[in-house]
Amino acid sequence: MSIFVDENTKVVVQGISPTSQGLYHGLRNRAYGTHVVAGTNPNRGGEEIEGIPVFATVAEAVEATGANASFISVPPKFAAAAIVEAAAAGVPFVVCITEGIPAIDEALAYNRLVREYPGTRLLGPNCPGIISPGKCNIGITSGDIAMPGGPVGIVSRSGTLTYQALHELSQQGVGQTTCVGIGGDPVPGTSFIDCLSAFEADQDTKAIMMIGEIGGSAEEEAAEFIASSVTKPVVSYVAGVTAPPGRKMGHAGAIISGSKGTAQAKMDALAGAGVTVALNPTEAGEAMVDVVRKLG
Amino acid sequence: MDLFEYQGKQYFARFGIPISKGGVADTVEEAVAQAEASGYPVVVKAQVKVGGRGKAGGVKLADTVDEVRLHAGNILGLDIKGHVVKRLWVEHASDIAKEYYASFTLDRSAKKHLGMLSAEGGVEIEEVAVTNPDAIAIIHVDPVDGLTLEAARGWVERANLDEVARDQAAELLVKLYTCYTEGDCDLAEINPLILTPGGRVHALDAKVTLDDNAAFRHPEWEEFEGSDVEDERETRAKERGLNYIGLDGSVGIIANGAGLAMSTLDVVNQCGGSAANFLDIGGGANADVMAAALEVINSDPAVRSILVNIFGGITRVDEVAKGVLEALERVEISSPIVLRLDGTNAVAGREILADHLSDRLVAEPTMLDAARRAVALAGGKS
Repeated sequence: MSIFVDENTKVVVQGISPTSQGLYHGLRNRAYGTHVVAGTNPNRGGEEIEGIPVFATVAEAVEATGANASFISVPPKFAAAAIVEAAAAGVPFVVCITEGIPAIDEALAYNRLVREYPGTRLLGPNCPGIISPGKCNIGITSGDIAMPGGPVGIVSRSGTLTYQALHELSQQGVGQTTCVGIGGDPVPGTSFIDCLSAFEADQDTKAIMMIGEIGGSAEEEAAEFIASSVTKPVVSYVAGVTAPPGRKMGHAGAIISGSKGTAQAKMDALAGAGVTVALNPTEAGEAMVDVVRKLG
Repeated sequence: MDLFEYQGKQYFARFGIPISKGGVADTVEEAVAQAEASGYPVVVKAQVKVGGRGKAGGVKLADTVDEVRLHAGNILGLDIKGHVVKRLWVEHASDIAKEYYASFTLDRSAKKHLGMLSAEGGVEIEEVAVTNPDAIAIIHVDPVDGLTLEAARGWVERANLDEVARDQAAELLVKLYTCYTEGDCDLAEINPLILTPGGRVHALDAKVTLDDNAAFRHPEWEEFEGSDVEDERETRAKERGLNYIGLDGSVGIIANGAGLAMSTLDVVNQCGGSAANFLDIGGGANADVMAAALEVINSDPAVRSILVNIFGGITRVDEVAKGVLEALERVEISSPIVLRLDGTNAVAGREILADHLSDRLVAEPTMLDAARRAVALAGGKS
């Protein structure tokens, strides 16, 4: 089992053209084994690019191919509209990796989905995407660092640390059910809690690795949820212990204001919820290997 | 991007938010001219992006031209917490009956816009927030609905603003919301928002942070650029398009991705060292970017070793390896470099580097090993 995607996921790549990022990543995802069934481009409806049929709109693509997921990597100024278009077309799972969407647009798109298209789950924006090893890869994660078979589910706010986490586990022979990068933006479509809840319900996931970072209060909220609703063991790492307060560290999300949102506060909250808190990604990998061995 | 007070006020004015009559001055003579145009008495205010300027002597009241000359002369060049005053804002001084507080920002937990309004504004607002949180009336605005005048009226009433101020305040708050959304602000704050004895409500200060991600649709923001960065290293990095933050340590850091870069700082710290900077080169770790990154770090005299930590996702490690070698041909680097390269095409990348390794260019297999080595090369614990 896996969460959000599986071997039946059929992906439409929004904004496809011979030179687009969407095509580049879409082909990589297809090479991994993902069913990439369609692309969209308002000016290229009816064409075919690298064997991918192109439609003018997402609605037409869904109608013709039964796509049940979309992949968005269009530039920031078009991304919010692309998200809403996919939701309006009834796509239940939308992955947006675009970095640099204005916060105002992001907040508006998120709230429109909540109110007008509650059947759609958005992952991202500004995330590496999702991979269920051996089944489906939507986004920019390098498939060869992931290992099929479980039993670990990974959820992470940071892109490269997601890879690091996958790598640490795969190196030690520990596989993953699904690895979800929720992204570091101010208004992520999918939260830690959404993923924790899905992993808790997924029979094949036996343990959960959660990678957080400074800023906001998502880790603290996740800690509360873990304490009340997660029975599976959780190992966590929070990046940014040494980050100076009040400075943006690359992600719109990674900013500390006052004493709120510090790595220490987050680690304390997680430890208080019974989570094994590691001080660096390697230590987190080792702690998870221990957990998995004890599961037998 | 944080704006200076005068920029924030001018930004407010574009959205119809009332501000005091005034203007900017870079010299004493310009200050005099602005004072004459605004009408005495005036306030002469230092333009620095740091709090507590009043207590530091950066805000003075002037009744006459001689007083303007005296204060402007004293404040220009004044050092306020490391920020040297280069510009003044001179405005007509307002009589104040009441000081309120108003702001909009994004509430990440609620995923809606958060408005805060208080009848107890002024310099102590942060204390009010702690000691008497009920004195701050909050409103969550769903971006789909926006802030209606009706909602603003209810909010103003809840905040217990003086009766005479309520209509004007509600209208002003709708304008502030428009400024915040259409103006793409991360923060739009007025403290104090004042009520004059004559019953007029207007903004006496402006704290505005713009969302850099929205710059593409605000060509008018160009005028704000270049006035922000105080750290020379950061200026150089910004010119090269790098995401760099200067710190105080001796290990220079280059990593791809903000999370990995932050994590690299943490690991260096755990190994007993301290980072000289945060530098995220993002996805495009080609030779140009790598050369620029090494140049910027090399220009920092505190740096004793450089740690390059790359985990290839889209970024291919063989490209990174080529980039490092090309960069080294172009730039003379004074500190030893420790490389940790992993991920997509890592094996090919390590092969490319194999013949070039020396005591000046070291490769380590893991992030932790690389951090230990870099800390040791920087002279051990700092």
